[in-house]
Amino acid sequence: MGKMVTLTIDGQVISVPQGMLIVDAAKKAGIDIPVFCYHPKMEPVGMCRMCLVEVGRPVIDRTTGQPILEADGTPKIQFGPKLETACTTPVSEGMVVRTQTQVVAEARRGIIEFLLTSHPLDCPICDKGGECPLQNLTMAYGPGESRFQYEDKMHLAKHVPLGELIYLDRERCILCGRCVRFQSNVADDPVIAFSQRGRALQIVTFSEPGFDSYFSGNTTDICPVGALTTADFRFGARPWEMIPTASICPHCPVGCNLTLNVRREAAAGGREVIKRVMPRQNEWVNEIWICDKGRFGYHYTESPERLRQPLVRKNGRLEPATWEEALAFAAEGLRERSGVVALAGGRLSNEDFFNLYQVVTARQGRAVLYSTMAGGDYVQRYGLSGDANLAGLGKGDAVLVVATDLHEEAPLWWLRVKQAAERGATLIVANARPTKLERYAAHVIRYAYSEVLEKVQSLLAGESPEAQALAKATNLVIFFGQEGLSLEASEALATMLARLLVQNGQAERPLSGLVAVWPHANTQGGWEIGFRPDPDLAHTLATAGAVWVAAADPAGDDPILAQALEKAGFVIVQDLFLTETARRADVVFPVQAFTEREGTWTSGERRVQRFYPAVPELENTRPDFMIVAQVADHLGIPLVGRSASRVFDELARALPAFAGLSYTRLAEVVEQWPLVGRGDLYYGGTVYENTQGLGVRLARMSAGAELSEWPAVEIAPAPADDALYLVPVVRLYDQGQTLVPSHLLQQRMARAALYLAPATAAQLGVQTGERVEVSAGEWAETLTVYVDANVPVKAGLVPRSTGVPLRQPLWVRAQRAVLEPQP
Amino acid sequence: MLKGLLETLRSMTEKPVTIQYPEVKRPVRARFRGRHILRRYENGLERCIGCALCAAACPSDAIFVEAAENTDDERYSPGERYARVYEINMLRCIFCGFCEDACPTEAIVLTDNYELTFTDRHHSIYTKEMLLEPVPEGGKPTPQKVEPGVYTRAIPIMQDPTD
Repeated sequence: MGKMVTLTIDGQVISVPQGMLIVDAAKKAGIDIPVFCYHPKMEPVGMCRMCLVEVGRPVIDRTTGQPILEADGTPKIQFGPKLETACTTPVSEGMVVRTQTQVVAEARRGIIEFLLTSHPLDCPICDKGGECPLQNLTMAYGPGESRFQYEDKMHLAKHVPLGELIYLDRERCILCGRCVRFQSNVADDPVIAFSQRGRALQIVTFSEPGFDSYFSGNTTDICPVGALTTADFRFGARPWEMIPTASICPHCPVGCNLTLNVRREAAAGGREVIKRVMPRQNEWVNEIWICDKGRFGYHYTESPERLRQPLVRKNGRLEPATWEEALAFAAEGLRERSGVVALAGGRLSNEDFFNLYQVVTARQGRAVLYSTMAGGDYVQRYGLSGDANLAGLGKGDAVLVVATDLHEEAPLWWLRVKQAAERGATLIVANARPTKLERYAAHVIRYAYSEVLEKVQSLLAGESPEAQALAKATNLVIFFGQEGLSLEASEALATMLARLLVQNGQAERPLSGLVAVWPHANTQGGWEIGFRPDPDLAHTLATAGAVWVAAADPAGDDPILAQALEKAGFVIVQDLFLTETARRADVVFPVQAFTEREGTWTSGERRVQRFYPAVPELENTRPDFMIVAQVADHLGIPLVGRSASRVFDELARALPAFAGLSYTRLAEVVEQWPLVGRGDLYYGGTVYENTQGLGVRLARMSAGAELSEWPAVEIAPAPADDALYLVPVVRLYDQGQTLVPSHLLQQRMARAALYLAPATAAQLGVQTGERVEVSAGEWAETLTVYVDANVPVKAGLVPRSTGVPLRQPLWVRAQRAVLEPQP
Repeated sequence: MLKGLLETLRSMTEKPVTIQYPEVKRPVRARFRGRHILRRYENGLERCIGCALCAAACPSDAIFVEAAENTDDERYSPGERYARVYEINMLRCIFCGFCEDACPTEAIVLTDNYELTFTDRHHSIYTKEMLLEPVPEGGKPTPQKVEPGVYTRAIPIMQDPTD
């Protein structure tokens, strides 16, 4: 805590840290100073002049340096001749601020009158109407009547698409610059800017596609008027008509807190539907931001292709069945066979994982996590702990990011790591190719995909400047991914990184630790409960007596796994959609989406957070944990399956890391700074206040035995000189089943393609748009080439989840595809 | 007894107060509040912009509005937004007229029609088609196909906002 300063605002004496701005100090004291351009998460600019207040400072005698006293012994206060902006003036000792005087009121009235000279006042149809700072502040401080000529109002374009996601209404814009500043300072995607000047000043975008940023939706939250609105919500409902429900983003391991706004809709046959997704404040996780994938990527939950009834294989065909039939059939199939393998994906909740684990262990089976990345057990022992918040990283600390592109895989972590670097933390980025995070890195470690392990090992040796920077850091947070790594290599990487923490003596500190950048929201939860990935999944599936797949689509991802699955004795699938895996199943159970049920997820930082049911469940679907419990019931294994909170209680009893946790505990909140929601829309934006739970970080498991030596993993060397190392890379907008139904993002989705370095492309004699055939043994694909200077030589990058059956990196032979004659 | 008979005789000569409803209808007061209508402009476009302020003002929660966006190919109202769904539950309505007061375009108006009967609860929900007034002479029915660039305002400019 820095030095405290005491000042008086409207007669109230308060003490705040030195350097705080008057507007924030007043907010802490519960005094509202209206603002438009100021935002507590951004640097002030003092453009809108709405925050003008009277500021007086004690008069100091120049000879003695002491304050001059009045006759009654109080310090003499001198007020400036003009008003000052509370958003740019820091507090000082003895300062006196008046916010309620006649002069201040006059100034505010004047500002509002000016702002409204050309504001269209189309509040009745404006998406912001009802939660609009300009509307609220006009009601509170405005003049009520304008002295300007109505005919002189400017008439500007009302419908300017800044890209296909965000629309600009030029008439409503008050040119506060919040969006421009957010994009350039917070998101660092300066793709929108002011153009022209004077009355012609306007916001424009100059990227292709327009407003090309993963954080663009946040500008609509902080816009103090209805100038920026999302295409997704356009005219969807009025803000007061919607019911807010707390939820968690299902897309990545960050676990951003969301609020789902729900309304009954006639167009949807009178059902309650989600109208929009808004961020919910959690200063430990996502602060007040969310990425556009979280904001616009919820449509899969209402896809018409969702499974609506159980299917059972009869005479070789999947046919609709009742729940009773399907449950009995599944239980029958399991009873007859031994060697059950449960294959679960990271979309399941902790409760689902727990129940599935119980059944499988009771049947002496194996619990397999559907993941090509390892290291969750190290995260359990060497993860962040206690109340650790990435916002606490600053000078003297270090962040190491290995084998992951945070901007694509977990945008909010990217944002928070970037902010840590800006606060002074030493950022070290290690990857085979340049990523966006490197702009803020103190050191960049570049390697060929095949030498990642040697590079990380050299950090342990402690000679390079990078190693020394890591060793002397007070706190060290390590983000690791799986780019270019096989499962075994990823296991070795996690071991090395854990060793690094131990060796540097940072392992015991709460704000130091490993964070795994998993591909799914709850992969870490799977690890906590006991699911482990399988290096030889195809063999395991092919020899299994029965396979129980939940929230995973191995057959759709990889034809080898599809073949293996066909050899398996009996296949049960629980999913939202009729996936390729479900098509090969003997029983298919339709499950509920996260918007329809209760549950918890464990984020990559090991924070357990609750999501709540927002809409009624799709008829004839059940939550995963319930289905598992009901099948178990038929097998004579007693399991809790009626309510998620009861399952969680069982889980908390069974696992030491979850000890003492309950749904009530997860729903606890504390007051957060900055204040948002409630009456503070003008201050923080339309982000929702967190009233339904901040979640709890799991206790760090004791380190236990000495860190094992990592397995000697050899990344297979190039089989031939001209071989290409094919690496699946993550793109934020992929063609995954949980994103494709969000048609709004269609244009920005990654396509199946092969990204090659210019040199590699030249060697193959191909150019962008031409096709290349890549093959390894029986595996062969023909892909369209994109030449990209950021790709390392001898490597080919393929976006994940775009239909290319590539789960792990692979050495391939590449050759230019012979053009087939057009039919 | 004589007094009573006299009274009877007198009233026989008076004009009867009974009105032969429904052949004859009693005039209503100028500010009578009866069944709602949704008005149109002279060119046939709907006045309603789907802002749902009527629904917000409604003390008995009788109104349901769902908005959508106009295009020049399919234009319902002059602005950007129109009511895709507009329903009033007449069993809930208390005819207070708050919706009329809240309406920024004077689209919803309470008329003097008090003849609201239905034999089924479902029929008490009046849809937009039932509430919209007929297309005026010279106007076209909605949706209309219009030239681009004609209706560029968010809401039609009111001639006299104090009216």
